[in-house]
Amino acid sequence: MDTGLTVALAGNPNTGKTTLFNSLTGARQHVGNYPGVTVEEKHGMCEHNGERLRVVDLPGTYSLTAYSLEEVVARDFLVQDRPALTIDIVDASNLERNLYLALQLLELGIPIMIALNMMDVAESRGLRIDADRLAELLGVPVVPIVARSGKGRTQLIETAIEAARAGIRPRTFEISYGEDLDSALAAMEEIIIHGAFLTETYPARWTALKYLEKDAQILEKGRIAAADISGQLEAIALRTAAHISATLNTYPEALIADHRYGYIHAMMKGVVQRQATKDRMYLSDTLDAVLTNRLVGPLIMLLILLGLYKFTFTYSEVPVGWCESMFGYLGDLADRALPDGLLKSLIISGIIDGAGGVLGFVPLIMFMFFGIAILEDTGYLARVAFMLDRVFRMFGLHGSSVMAYIISGGIAGGCAVPGVMAARTLRSPRERLATLLTAPFMNCGAKLPVMALMIAAFFASHEALVMFLLTLLAWAVALLSARLLRSTVIAGASTPFVMELPPYRLPTVKGLLIHTWERTWQYIRKAGTVILAISIVVWAMMTFPQLPAQSLHTYEKLRTEELISAPAAAQELDSAEEDAELSESALQLRQALDAVDRKESEAALRNSIAGRIGTSLEGISRLAGFDWRTNIALVGGFAAKEVIVSTLGTAYSLGEIAPEETGSLPETLASSPGWNPLVAVSLLVFVMFYAPCFVTVVCIAREAGSWKWGAFSIVFNTGLAFAMSVAIYQVGKLFI
Amino acid sequence: MKRTLCLRQMKLGQSGTIASIGAQAEMGRRIRDMGLVPGAVLTVVRRAPLKDPVALRLQDFTLMLRNNEADYITVETDEE
Repeated sequence: MDTGLTVALAGNPNTGKTTLFNSLTGARQHVGNYPGVTVEEKHGMCEHNGERLRVVDLPGTYSLTAYSLEEVVARDFLVQDRPALTIDIVDASNLERNLYLALQLLELGIPIMIALNMMDVAESRGLRIDADRLAELLGVPVVPIVARSGKGRTQLIETAIEAARAGIRPRTFEISYGEDLDSALAAMEEIIIHGAFLTETYPARWTALKYLEKDAQILEKGRIAAADISGQLEAIALRTAAHISATLNTYPEALIADHRYGYIHAMMKGVVQRQATKDRMYLSDTLDAVLTNRLVGPLIMLLILLGLYKFTFTYSEVPVGWCESMFGYLGDLADRALPDGLLKSLIISGIIDGAGGVLGFVPLIMFMFFGIAILEDTGYLARVAFMLDRVFRMFGLHGSSVMAYIISGGIAGGCAVPGVMAARTLRSPRERLATLLTAPFMNCGAKLPVMALMIAAFFASHEALVMFLLTLLAWAVALLSARLLRSTVIAGASTPFVMELPPYRLPTVKGLLIHTWERTWQYIRKAGTVILAISIVVWAMMTFPQLPAQSLHTYEKLRTEELISAPAAAQELDSAEEDAELSESALQLRQALDAVDRKESEAALRNSIAGRIGTSLEGISRLAGFDWRTNIALVGGFAAKEVIVSTLGTAYSLGEIAPEETGSLPETLASSPGWNPLVAVSLLVFVMFYAPCFVTVVCIAREAGSWKWGAFSIVFNTGLAFAMSVAIYQVGKLFI
Repeated sequence: MKRTLCLRQMKLGQSGTIASIGAQAEMGRRIRDMGLVPGAVLTVVRRAPLKDPVALRLQDFTLMLRNNEADYITVETDEE
C-alpha cells in the first residue's frame, strides 16, 4: 500500500499543534513511542483529493538545543527519518518567540513551511501580519490558518503536498553571528567539509554551531565518528569562547541566541504592524487576577478539583448502571444456558465477572478524563503549577512534577504509566527520579474501582468526600516520601523552572473528545487484554487443584445426612417450583444445605494455589486486618490494580453457591463478617501505597535507567504501605 | 532616570528592559529558549500565592520563573 509522503509537524507547545494534527488526520491516529525512549509518537493519515500524507506530530519544543528529551527526539526524527516536509506551526500572536524554532529548523537545512496559526487571535490583539513578506524573508511557503475553525486548512494541505512533492531543499540559510563567531564558524566548516565529518546527517555549519554551543549529543556523536576532527573543532570552540569571554564578557551560546533573536527582531519590522492597542490587559490577565489570586486562587483550585469529582461521580452514575446491568444480564444468561461445571464457572467467574469488574468503570474513567482534558486544554493546569511550585520545591521536587503527579492520578483517575513517562520533561535527574518513584502513590484509574468498591460498600453516603480525602492523603504521602527520598537516597540540588503561562483558551469539543477517547482507549486496551488474561489465570489459580475425592465425599455425606434427617422437607424442596412458598422446615433444610455448600467452596478455595498463597500470608496480613481472600486479591493486584476488584469478585462469587442470592460485590462485602469500615480503610491505604503494578515498575526501571529502582519501588512502597495499614488497623481496633 | 536592578527586586506591575542574563549552561539556555534575552521588555504581572514563582509578561506571551532564577536577570527600568 502506498503510504504517501511523510510530513512532520513541529512547533512550540500551546500553538495549536495538536488541534491542527487532529484537524489534518481526523480519527485516523496512532499513538506509540519513539524507539528506545518513551516520548509519545503520534502519527496519522491525511487524505486530500486522492493524495495521502503521513503526518507525524513531533513533541512540542521551544528550541532544538537538546534541553529536554523531547527536543532530542524531535531533532533526531528530522535528521534521521528525513520527512519530505516539516510544517512548523507558529503562533501568529506570538510570532517572535515562535520563529526562534523556525530559524533553527532552517539552519538544520531541512525543507520546511510555516503554518501561521491563530491569525484571528493576532488580529484581535491589533497585529497585522504580512504573510507574503515573511515567506519572502524566510524563503519558505507561509500559509495563514486558524486551526480551531479549519480556516486555511485546504490551502495548507495543498501547499504542503506541492512542497513535499517538489522535494527541493531550501536555500542555504545563514545568519551572521558577528565577526568573532563567523570567522570561527568558517574555519570549522572547512575542517568539517574537508573531513566529511557527520556531513551525511547534518549541514557543516550546523555542526559547527553545535560545537560552539557545546551541544552534548553532537559532541558525543562527533567524538565517536572521528576523535581527531572533533578534537580540532573543540579546540577552536574553546579558543573562541575564551576570546569572547575576554572581549565581550559573554559566551558563544548566549551570543548565538542573541543574534538569532536579533535577526528575528529585525525581520519583524517588515512583517508585523502593531496597531496601538489601548488596553494590554487581555482576557487571560483578567481571569488570572482572580484565578491565581493569593487568597481566592488556591480556594478556587480546591473547588475546581472537588468539582471534578462531583462531575465524575454524579454524571457517570447512569452509564455505570448500564454497564453493571449489562454484565449482570450476561451472567444470568450464561447461568441459564450452561450446564453446571468447570466451563460455566470459567465463563461466569473468570470471564464475565473479570471483564465486567473492569469495564464497568469505563464510563467513570471517561468522565474523569474528560474533566482533566478540559483543565489541560483551557490552560488551567499551568496555573496549578504556578500556584503549587513553591510547595513542590519544599519537597525537593519541581513545579513540573505536578504534571507527572496529576497524570498519575493526582486528580484521581490517571495512570502511573504515562505519569511516570511525563516525568521525562524534568531535566534534573534527581527531581525526576523522586517524581518517578512517588508518582505511583497517586490514585490512578486502576485504584478507582477498588476505592469505588469500598466506598459503595462502607461509605456510600459520603462518596465525593471520601474520594476527596483519599486524594489529599495520596498527595501527602507522595510529597512526604519525595522529601524523604530527596534527603536520603537521592539527595542533591535543584533545576531551572522557567515555563510558559499560556493564555486561557476555550477547548474545542473535538479536541476534548479525542483527548478523552485516547486515554480511555488506553485503559480499555489494557483492561481488555492483560486484565482479562490475568482474570482467567486467577480463576484457574483459585479453582485448581480441586478438592481430593475423599473430602468431596465427606461433604456429599453431610448433605445426605441433612436430607435424611428431614425427609418431608427434602421432598418438598425437591418438588417445589422456583418461586413457591416453602414451609418452615423446608427453609431450614435449604439453609443447612447452603451452609454445607459454602463450607465446601471455602475449603476448595483454600485448597487452591491462590488459597494456599493467601493462607500462608494470612499470619502476617492479619496485623493489617486482611484475610486470605484479600491477600489473593492483593497478590493479583501487582499485575494491575484493577485486578483486585475482579479477584475479590471471583473469590466471593466462588465462595457462595446460591446464584439467586448474588447481590453485587459491595453488598456482599458489607454483609461479610470479616469486613468492617476499619478493614476497608486499612485496605484502601494498602492498595494506594503498596508496590505499583508491574507495568509501572517496568517503566520506572526504564526511565530511571536501572532495574535497581524498579526493585526499590516494590520493596519501599510495600513496606511503607504495610506499616501504614498495620498502624491504622491496630490503633483503630482500640476504638472499636 | 534609568536604574538597573535585579529582576527579583522589581515590584508588581513594574516594567523594564532586560540588561543582562548571568545564567550559563542549562539554566542560561532554557531562559533564552523561552524568549528572555537582553533587550526584551518585560512587566512583572503577578506573583504566586506564596510569592514565588513570578509571572512576567513579555511582548506577546507570559512566562513564570522562580525567584532564584530571577536573580540571574538584571533589568533596566525607568525610575519615577
